[in-house]
Amino acid sequence: MNTEAQNIEAQTFVESWDNNKLAMLLFLLSEGTFFAFLIIAYVYYHAVSNTGVEAAKVLDPLKTGIYTIFLLSSSFTVWIAEKSLRRGNQRAFRGWLLVTIILGAVFLFGQGSEYLHLYGQDVTISRNIFGTSFFTLTGFHGFHVLLGLISLAVLFVLALKGEFAEKHSSAVETVALYWHFVDWVWVVIFSVIYLWTVF
Amino acid sequence: MSDIPFPGAGEALPLAGPQEKTAGLLGWISSVDHKRIGIMYLLAALIYFGAGGIEALLMRIQLAEPVNSFLSPGVFDQIFTMHGTTMIFLVAMPVLTGLANYLVPLMIGASDVAFPRLNALSLWLLVFGGVLLYFSFIAGGAPAAGWFNYAPLSEKAYSTTKGVDYYSLGLLAAGIGSVVAAINLIVTILKYRAPGLSIKRLPLFIWMVLVTQILILLALPALNASLVMILIDRTLSAHFFLPFSGGSAVLWQHYFWAFGHPEVYIVILPAFGMISEVIPVFSRKPIYGYEYVAASTVAIGVLSFLVWAHHMFAVGLGHSIDSMFAISSLLIAVPTGVKIFNWIATMWHGSIRFTTSMLFATGFLVVFTVGGLSGVSLAVFPVDWQVTDTYYLVAHLHYVLFGGTIFGVFAGLYYWFPKMTGRMLDEKLGKWHFWTTLIGFNMTFFVMHILGLMGMTRRVYTYPNYPGWGTLNMISTIGAVIMGISSLIFIWNVMVSRRRGKLAGDNPWEAWSLEWATTSPPPVHNFDRIPPIRSRRPLWDLAHPENPDWKNEH
Repeated sequence: MNTEAQNIEAQTFVESWDNNKLAMLLFLLSEGTFFAFLIIAYVYYHAVSNTGVEAAKVLDPLKTGIYTIFLLSSSFTVWIAEKSLRRGNQRAFRGWLLVTIILGAVFLFGQGSEYLHLYGQDVTISRNIFGTSFFTLTGFHGFHVLLGLISLAVLFVLALKGEFAEKHSSAVETVALYWHFVDWVWVVIFSVIYLWTVF
Repeated sequence: MSDIPFPGAGEALPLAGPQEKTAGLLGWISSVDHKRIGIMYLLAALIYFGAGGIEALLMRIQLAEPVNSFLSPGVFDQIFTMHGTTMIFLVAMPVLTGLANYLVPLMIGASDVAFPRLNALSLWLLVFGGVLLYFSFIAGGAPAAGWFNYAPLSEKAYSTTKGVDYYSLGLLAAGIGSVVAAINLIVTILKYRAPGLSIKRLPLFIWMVLVTQILILLALPALNASLVMILIDRTLSAHFFLPFSGGSAVLWQHYFWAFGHPEVYIVILPAFGMISEVIPVFSRKPIYGYEYVAASTVAIGVLSFLVWAHHMFAVGLGHSIDSMFAISSLLIAVPTGVKIFNWIATMWHGSIRFTTSMLFATGFLVVFTVGGLSGVSLAVFPVDWQVTDTYYLVAHLHYVLFGGTIFGVFAGLYYWFPKMTGRMLDEKLGKWHFWTTLIGFNMTFFVMHILGLMGMTRRVYTYPNYPGWGTLNMISTIGAVIMGISSLIFIWNVMVSRRRGKLAGDNPWEAWSLEWATTSPPPVHNFDRIPPIRSRRPLWDLAHPENPDWKNEH
């Protein structure tokens, strides 16, 4: 009887996880591994091919740092949006969702202008190993931000149509999970690429 | 005595008929039913198995005698690359994913996987990934840098056709499909188990599928990252793996094998799982040491991430690194040995029924152990240095991948075919299939041990006329032809038995896991009622109310 009770306990623990969130967590585990390999590649070339010298020369940690603050605060705002939904405050939910989208878009704009600036200095993916590892890593991250923005925009449109009448939305929580991931991966990337040029 | 009425053979469950509304080809390709998707995975794997098998035969014809000119060197390179790539990514992985797809919901008492539409996406990504790979033949030439696509050979300057691009795109598609399928299966196993089916009562096949999917989740990203990087190198003139412009060819090897070694366990663990279902049923005994079989699977899964550089002993990483990886590789022999002994102990004193399925399972124990032993010898790096890139390695990997995965899959297919189709595979043809496979397999690959020790290098289109080499290679080629015939016997058996085979009924093998509690084939929704699950063998409990397993558990 004791084991039977334990079994039921274990079962309810897993069942408390929403399917979509569990699937997203597993997906992010896989994505995290993918990014880990790109990050290790960047670090490897930094160590072996001395790409840090060029990184220090062409990158602007301060400017990107400011854009980074935009991205990181969007993690905070999406959390507030979720909380507002749980409290049943639809207006605040929509508002904070929109703020999140804007903050993410500003970050992406920052990345675009940085790319243009680098391109003007003839720093490209094909010029040398720094360009190769830098653009691949930040490019893949930017691509993930873009996908996150699209998902958030879909949520926003659905929210305007009043699709989230319930206080718990698996869709909102799942996308929020993805968005936090995108932000925290950037913390690692920013540290490895930009902070390493300063310290 | 059971309180749950199970319909007899041929008698359909009430809901089975009308729900099967979309018949025909469209019904199949638009299906999101895990059973149909599972079968389509198996069919795709069978077609690619045919392609990979023909490639193998072409190579064996070229190598049948010394200084042969049946295939040109360039074509030979394409053929061995495509053979390896096909067999790993388009045969071994899909056949296992297909069986997992078909069986996981049935064995855990669920009506489908967690995300049926994502499931269809995984299947079609695999199918079209394979099509992309094979399209390379008509787009200027197949990839020719080996299945592991070593850089810088695979870079633009040295592989000038589009082959490697198609290789990368095809494997990316299939790889993303695998990750999606893994997420789906993990959520299904964690969340959709029938009441009472706790983790400790899961059939061992499900245990091993679960561990495999976790490996896929964590290992496939390494491959995907490598493929993305080589693709960027080739199409955007980047420098990841070009040593003369700051890149690193060794990094490709690290990355590829960080995927490649877990991959070996990705394609063997589900076969272990099938063996763990087949051997107990045909020995009429519960598995010996369930906990140890399950725990050793987890141990293998963990260790599989720590051994990749044993594929790189010849690179020159230094003694300390080589020693470390030699030790971790040798360690894997321990949990694997635990499994082999558990299976043997299950058979010990059992009343064994040598059906074709059991013959393949028994054959597996023998040939896989041979492959395991040559693997242990290769983990000792001075031995590896001596035989690296010789046919000794080819012998080893075929003993574990063919002797392991394919023997296990055949054991599983003969076992579950009745569930999938409602009819038994013919046992007489099955025995022909088994014996021709066993003889052909050993003829083909055993001699390769000797050829390898004599110094015959792999991946070279021909060899000089040294004493004995011609004879041994001829033996190998004749063995390959026998294996070709054995595959045809199997396909013939499937085609004939599907229509005219003996009716199976719900539970032809008197097995104990849940998939046998429903009709054969199961209705769209799988189960009308699930028997109570109070032990690891619910159907045993149902059939033996006087002596159920749960009474003997402590």
